[in-house]
Amino acid sequence: MAKDINLEKVVTPGQLVRKRFLRNKLAIVGVFILLGMFLFSFVGPVFSPYGEYTMFYFTAEGEEFSSEDTKGYDPAGSGVTIANKQFPSRTHLLGTDKDGRDIFTRLMYGGRISLTIGFVVVFFQITLGVTLGGIAGYFGGKVDNLIMRLVDVIYCLPTLPIMLIISSLLIAYSIPQTQKIYWLTLVMGLMGWASVARLVRGQILSLREQEFMVATEATGIHPIKRIVKHLVPNVMPQLIVVATMGMGSVILTEAAYSYLGIGVPFPFASWGNMVNVVSDTIILREYIFMWLPPGLCILVTVLGFNFVGDGLRDAFDPKMKR
Amino acid sequence: MSEAILKVDNLKKYFPIKGGLLQKVVGHVKAVDGISFEVKPGSTFGLVGESGCGKTTVGRTLLRLHENNGGSVIFDNKDIFKLNSKELRNIRPEIQLIFQDPYSSLSPKMPVGEIIGEAVREHKLVPEAELRGYVMQVMRECGLQDHHIDRYPHEFSGGQRQRICIARAIALKPKVVVCDEPVSALDVSIQAQVINLLMDLQKDRNISYVFISHDLSVVEHISDEVGVMYLGNLVEKAPKTEIFKNPMHPYTKALFSAIPTPDPTVKMNRIVLQGDIPSPANPPSGCKFHTRCRECMEVCKTTAPQYKNHGNDHFVACHLYDKK
Amino acid sequence: MARKTAEQREAVKKMREIAKSNKAVMKKYETEKKRKNVPASEYQTTMKNPNNILEIDNLHTYFYTDMGIVRSVNGVNIEIPQGKTVALVGESGCGKSVTSLSIMKLVRGPSGQITNGEIRYNRPGGAIDIVKTPIKEMQTIRGNEISMIFQEPMTSLNPVFRIGAQIDEAIKLHRPDVKKDDVKKQTIKMLELVGIARAEGVYSCFPHELSGGMRQRVMIAMSLCCNPKMIIADEPTTALDVTIQAQVLELLRDLKDKIDASILLITHDLGVVAEMADYVVVMYAGRIVEQGTSHEVFLNPKHPYTIGLIKSKPVVNQVVDRLYSIPGSVPNPVHLPNHCYFKDRCDKADGRCNSGIPELRNIDDEHKVACHLYKEGNK
Repeated sequence: MAKDINLEKVVTPGQLVRKRFLRNKLAIVGVFILLGMFLFSFVGPVFSPYGEYTMFYFTAEGEEFSSEDTKGYDPAGSGVTIANKQFPSRTHLLGTDKDGRDIFTRLMYGGRISLTIGFVVVFFQITLGVTLGGIAGYFGGKVDNLIMRLVDVIYCLPTLPIMLIISSLLIAYSIPQTQKIYWLTLVMGLMGWASVARLVRGQILSLREQEFMVATEATGIHPIKRIVKHLVPNVMPQLIVVATMGMGSVILTEAAYSYLGIGVPFPFASWGNMVNVVSDTIILREYIFMWLPPGLCILVTVLGFNFVGDGLRDAFDPKMKR
Repeated sequence: MSEAILKVDNLKKYFPIKGGLLQKVVGHVKAVDGISFEVKPGSTFGLVGESGCGKTTVGRTLLRLHENNGGSVIFDNKDIFKLNSKELRNIRPEIQLIFQDPYSSLSPKMPVGEIIGEAVREHKLVPEAELRGYVMQVMRECGLQDHHIDRYPHEFSGGQRQRICIARAIALKPKVVVCDEPVSALDVSIQAQVINLLMDLQKDRNISYVFISHDLSVVEHISDEVGVMYLGNLVEKAPKTEIFKNPMHPYTKALFSAIPTPDPTVKMNRIVLQGDIPSPANPPSGCKFHTRCRECMEVCKTTAPQYKNHGNDHFVACHLYDKK
Repeated sequence: MARKTAEQREAVKKMREIAKSNKAVMKKYETEKKRKNVPASEYQTTMKNPNNILEIDNLHTYFYTDMGIVRSVNGVNIEIPQGKTVALVGESGCGKSVTSLSIMKLVRGPSGQITNGEIRYNRPGGAIDIVKTPIKEMQTIRGNEISMIFQEPMTSLNPVFRIGAQIDEAIKLHRPDVKKDDVKKQTIKMLELVGIARAEGVYSCFPHELSGGMRQRVMIAMSLCCNPKMIIADEPTTALDVTIQAQVLELLRDLKDKIDASILLITHDLGVVAEMADYVVVMYAGRIVEQGTSHEVFLNPKHPYTIGLIKSKPVVNQVVDRLYSIPGSVPNPVHLPNHCYFKDRCDKADGRCNSGIPELRNIDDEHKVACHLYKEGNK
């Protein structure tokens, strides 16, 4: 038996949150999924023998060589065929795709792009959302009205058509395909901050009426200090939850765009454009190994983010669960 | 008789009611509709009334946490509604506020030392090097212990939290403290501790209080002068002994008789008021109390009574005493 | 800092132990609760005194929290005689509300559990022990034979239904004898009973259209519509203004004579108790410290805590220079000491007070005190 200590005096609120989180089994599963996915996508490529764009060929004699390690053969030579649509084997754990690239390797690179886009977009959304929502909530009045109408406008804009338009604009002005990823990130960030701003504004509006905020005004503390030291820390828990859940939805959206061919362009790998091959009915029927793994990756990762997000929400606010 | 530190003259605060599609102002809630009183250094003015009568608004408007709609608040010979934002911030430490709910009035993510010391640093009341020592000294004065300085609010009970609130106000060396129901959220045994603390601090530091409460027995105990509010107006104001011995306004009488006494042998001779408090957005004509008054006369329904001195500094607004 | 981290580690370890043991205990009680088809013989019992409507015997209600076991109600004995008002007084956290929830079997599981004791309820068909009664059976008692009035009239009414509909529903549910066409008539009769002048108008109002006092009246009407044998009023006037409180108290007193029900009044306001109650029970930290008739307890309080409570409330027209205040605060409910819980705050404590927790002793026929300073039958 441990010595008699007064737990209520020792245990910090952070510890309580951690404890509630750790008790949530699904959340723990989510953490492990995400951890696995990060290792797979960011550390995996380091150990992978092949590159993202490495293509594989067969010589006429049936010997395999790749675009990186030609072994003295010429890919354009006669009798050389592309080693595409290979079934999983020792050398290609998940086989090769229709252009003769290693699917397992591309899965790792695809994960890297999907997760990075997720992070960047969410970071963008949160920064914009917190700033604008914070200003709207704190100052209220006309500023609030203006920002909130802007939010309404953003909500009205259909993201998918806009992406389609941008995609054709990029082609029309012959902007390199490589830049498309940045455009994608930018548009997704610009379209997504509205819900964050709404949340932050609501939180700040209710916090502003709390008596401790009135107290800071009554003691004559400067407005900027009041926002930074008193308001922001109290919005943090909700923000963390929104950010986690947002990651999942951004990855999903990115996958959807890539699937439609308006997201991550083809030479790059992304889970979305890897699933895109199902548009070929033969592949859909015969080569399940080509589209199921990226699909599963998307599913598992988004699930992971949602589990963790749910767990965090319940841990921060145990009353929500009731 | 010394000069009053706080003079409130005909203070008014209306909240607009917005309605319709375009959010036009369709009316006003007259939360505070012209009240006047004075507080002398080291004395306590008790403000009594039921919920919705505007007493909390009075407290907040005194500190200019709301802008006024007329009237003035003269604090230390300065009209606080004529100060610009910088002057106002500089004068803030001298007039402080203590809240009802000790749970929502402390920032949950800050240690106690920071809660108390933040504004002291902001206004440079003590040098940075002495800040921690100063905060500890104030905490000791308010019955907290030194090691509490690094704890967080959630580790404290309601009574201790209220002590922290008091320490936060006192640390700024205020001349006037507005106490907005400081004990009504506390348990009876803790209430007495906090009231005693407030009275001790007043004696030591010569602070003036504006003590807002719905609990008449507490107000009687702590105040020197008592004002009774009904729907945004003062209906009666007198020195404590005078008002409790000789309540004149029918509302005051009913209010006093409604207090339950912890003595089963006393047979209550209670005046039970009929009905509810009318909405402050649409107050009755004439005397605002006439809808619930037992001694309502014809004149009460049409003309608002004058607020007059009836001797012994006893101010009443009621037609019953007009004849004399 | 290093000491603190060591302490923290210790705390984490201890929390894990607590969580483990709690889980086992909670599981045991929850499975007990979920048992189906409990034979009636298991919860039938006999009253000690047939004139009582309710007898609470050695009730223990614990909350198994992460911080340890909170002994909210720790051996409470209360008898509520037919047609009388018993007031349960105490400060927040003393277990008075948990006692009332235990009577209704509404203690929030799985962390809150009734671990020991009996609550005998004198049902018309034969006395039962509420602790052992299955939830299904309880549903026919709750709101029907025992009804409850809550503190917050704002949150106890459903904001999206009209007042009339809500009372109608209660009548339809609990009063099969009322014919369908008569339900509305009955509702209006109930509203008139609680002194609502324009009952017809209120019938079609939404809760937000009524003031606090009116809502509390509606709540009372709702709790009365099934002719309850007992009413539990949990701080019925705390959220109301003084003048409205006066109206509601007046109403409750009137009603008690009209309907002949017993009332268990839970409050922290000694003034309200003195006016309403026949018997008073004073609780402190989960235990009863003093109990007796209202006259005895107020005019002749024995326990230092009761004395302190009465003295620390200023009384109008009785001027004192300085209020009496009980020093310190309530002990931590997780780490209750093994001497009298009030010892550390008591100004009359002496050597005897270290010797165990005092039992509730009769010092008079109608007056019991749990304090080492008083002997059995000794005034």
